[in-house]
Formats: sequence, C-alpha cells, structure tokens
Amino acid sequence: MTADSPAEAGWFAGLEPDDPEAAAAAIAEETAPDPADWPKLAVEAGFANDAKEYYDRLKEATTAATREAVERAERADDRQLVHAVRTMDDCQRTANELAERLAEWAGTIDPDAGAGVDYARELVADDDADRDGGVDHPRIVSLAERVVALADEAEALREYVERETPTVAPNLAALAGPVLAARLISLAGGLEPLAKKPSGTVQVLGAEDALFAHLRGHASSPKHGIIYTHDAVRGTHPDERGSAARAVAGKLSIAARVDHYSGERKPELEAELEERIETIQSRTDDGEGGESGGDDE
Amino acid sequence: MSDELPAGVERRQFDGEERLATRGEPVYGEPTNEGWRAWNPNRSKLGAMLELGMETGLAGGDDEMVLYLGAASGTTVSHVADVAGPTYAVEFAPRPARDLLEAADSRPRLFPLLADARKPERYAHVVECDVDAIVQDVATRGQARVALENARFLADDGRLVLAVKARSEDVTREPGDVFADVRDELSEGYEVLEYRRLDDYHADHLGIVARPR
Repeated sequence: MTADSPAEAGWFAGLEPDDPEAAAAAIAEETAPDPADWPKLAVEAGFANDAKEYYDRLKEATTAATREAVERAERADDRQLVHAVRTMDDCQRTANELAERLAEWAGTIDPDAGAGVDYARELVADDDADRDGGVDHPRIVSLAERVVALADEAEALREYVERETPTVAPNLAALAGPVLAARLISLAGGLEPLAKKPSGTVQVLGAEDALFAHLRGHASSPKHGIIYTHDAVRGTHPDERGSAARAVAGKLSIAARVDHYSGERKPELEAELEERIETIQSRTDDGEGGESGGDDE
Repeated sequence: MSDELPAGVERRQFDGEERLATRGEPVYGEPTNEGWRAWNPNRSKLGAMLELGMETGLAGGDDEMVLYLGAASGTTVSHVADVAGPTYAVEFAPRPARDLLEAADSRPRLFPLLADARKPERYAHVVECDVDAIVQDVATRGQARVALENARFLADDGRLVLAVKARSEDVTREPGDVFADVRDELSEGYEVLEYRRLDDYHADHLGIVARPR
C-alpha cells in the first residue's frame, strides 16, 4: 500500500468497471497486508458510483472467482487418478519385465551384463558416451532405451499422482500418502465406491486371491491387502498387524467418506490414527499383549 | 441468559415446535414456513450459541458487516446473511464452496471467497476494515491464532463470535484443557466476554464471545 494512494492495494485497483474476468482474477490472485475501507476508496477512485454499485460489482467478482476455483477442483476428478495410477503400475511392471529380457539377451554378448532397469540405464549411458566395452548391438541398445523411457514415464506418473491426489481426496491422501490413496481409489473403482465400502473390505482390498481362498474354505482370512504398504501396518509387529490393519482401514474409510461427501479437511483423523497405532504397537513393545482383549479377534 | 436475538432472527412455529428462524431461501433442506426458514442448532454452532442464549453482540440489520471464517457449505453463513448486511464468507475447501455458491446465489450481499483463513493477506484486498463481527468456525489446529490474525478486520467495538472445536486442536487431550489454552492464547488480542460449552448440540465445542483489546 503506497502512502499517496491507499486504493492501490484494493482488488479493484487498475480495473475497468466492466471487466468481470480481470476482476475475478484480481480477487483470486492479489494480496494486501491490511484491509481498508474499500467501498469508500473504490467510490473515490471512480470504480463505482456509490457503495451499492461497489457491492454489486464485488458480488459479481467474488462469485466468478470462487466458481472458477470450484470448477478447476472438480476437473481434477478421481477417474483421472485411477487411470494414472494404473498406468504407473503398468509402466513399472513392463519396464521390469523388459529389463529382465534385456539382461538375458545382453548376457549372451557381454558376460559382465548386469540386471534390472539400472543396467538398462548403464547401457544407454555407455552408448551415448560412445564408450568401448559396452554392448555394441543396435537392437539391444534400442531395447535398453525403451526400458529407460518406460521407467521414466512411471516416475513422471508417480509425481502426477502425488500432486493430484491431495486435491481429489485430501483426507485420504494425508492419512495414507498420495500413492496408496490413489491405489485404494483405483482398486475400489473410484472415490464414491470406496466411500461406500465397509472398512472390512477396505482392509483386504488388493488381497482378493487370499480372500477368495479363505471364502472357499481352505485358507485363513487375509489380515490386510494393499494397506500393508502403510507404515502403521508394516511398522507393527506381525502379531499385532491384524489390529493395526483394522485400525488403519477404519480411519481410511472415514477419510474416504469425508472426502467424497464433504471434501473438508479433518486433521484430527491423523491424530486419532496415530494414537490408536501407538496403543497397538505398545502391546508388543512391552513384550506382551497387556491390553484387554475387547478389540482383538 | 439473554433473550436478545439479532434483528431478523425470530422464534417461529415449525410443525408445532418453536424454533429459531430467519427469512430467506432455504439452503440445506430445513423446514420453511411463510418465508421463514428454521435455523438448526444441531448443524450450526452459531445457531446453538443463540439457542443457548449467549450474548453474541450480533445486532442484525443492513448496516451490519460480518466476516465469516470457515463458511463450509454455507449452512450458518446463509442465516447470517439473511439478517446482516455485507457478509464476507471465507472457505478454504473447494468442494463445500460449491454449495456455498448456491447459498450465495439468492443473497446479493453474501460474498464467497475461496481462501485460507490462516492467511488474511490473501483476502485483505477484498474484505473491508472495521467489520462489526467476525464469526469463526474453522476446523483446524491453531484456532486462537486464526482469530488473532483476523483481528485486523474487526472494528474497535466489534465482536468475535468463535466456535472452538477441541478435537481439531488435539484429539488426545481433555477438551476442557484445550479450551483453557485457547482462551488464554486469545487474550493476547481479545477480551473474552462470555464462553460456554455447546455440548447440548455439538460435542466438544466451546462457544466464545470476545471483543478486541
């Protein structure tokens, strides 16, 4: 705010009165350290004839700015996320598969051939630098390039998922981490189906084979599906993992429901889960399950 | 206990039951009667505070300016806008803001703003100074801090009407301890005039009315 013209800091500064698009952009993007008597200043600056007209313009601009932001958020929908996370897994799996094939083939020419995506990167780097001693076979080098490109694509997709998930499902992403959150949404077939699933189903999403083996009657029930990758489950002693998985699945289901039906952030979910997991983990830290069995199988 | 309701808020009959009500377009499926819409204290912390007879200092009338922090889908702020003048509704999450837009549609002096209440400089170029009341209902850690940061908007004789959610600050602590800390921190910039648990309507919530120091 400059001393000679306090109106400079207002959202209407420099705007033509009949340019709603620029007005909406100013509402969304400008800032000011302190408020002022904007209606009065706007009238003095000639932006509006009187306070009534000022408020009418303000109404129009704030509505347009908010509507635009809402629509932007809604375009970032769960369908995009489902495709992205599935593609990410496909790219990763295919890269690994081709890397195996590459290692096998390159091994027939170069006895020191390594394995995996890292070896493919090596091959490509050697070829780029025109170094001797590498594998001088155009088809093998070309295959290595494919592998590297696929691995890079998987990495780029992971970054996309990490960026987009918090917009689509803020609570679930905060609780599960963006990638696990996206995987759960993908396994359920969308955020809405996930929100409608009971927590017991969320607990074993991704362990369908084990679940059906159990239902056919020749296996014990799975303790966890994909949520195994959650630190709270993996970091718990195997004896208590069932309890941990149940607690995690319960909170993740609530988070998915909040995300789908309201979209508001509920930071207390994280604290609640943390507290519960601490209780569960302390049972094994003490050397024995001292807590009452009310919550156990 | 005060019977002073803001102008424009009245007790009306809905299905044989006397309830708080304001005049306006319905927003969240509340019952209506002859242009009046019932104000559900179970869904609105401000509604609960009025129902409990707290002295909110809200007067009502076209000259009253209100800054509402944490407008969510517009349940409470729609009632506020029904009775007050220019009302700035700040909400951070885009999804509920869609419903807020709908509530704002029929209310020409309700201004929706998508912004973070913890960063007032993001909307200080829009919200004017010397508002008569700040109504705050944000579910975030540091609720006292939010109130202090936003004090710059409040007139010297204005009122802060605050609903504190204990579980947003710290789920593991006793709500009573959390509330004491919030009142304590608030005293950096406000004088607390009245506070009261809202448990009849909202578990683990405290209603606070304060004025700037």
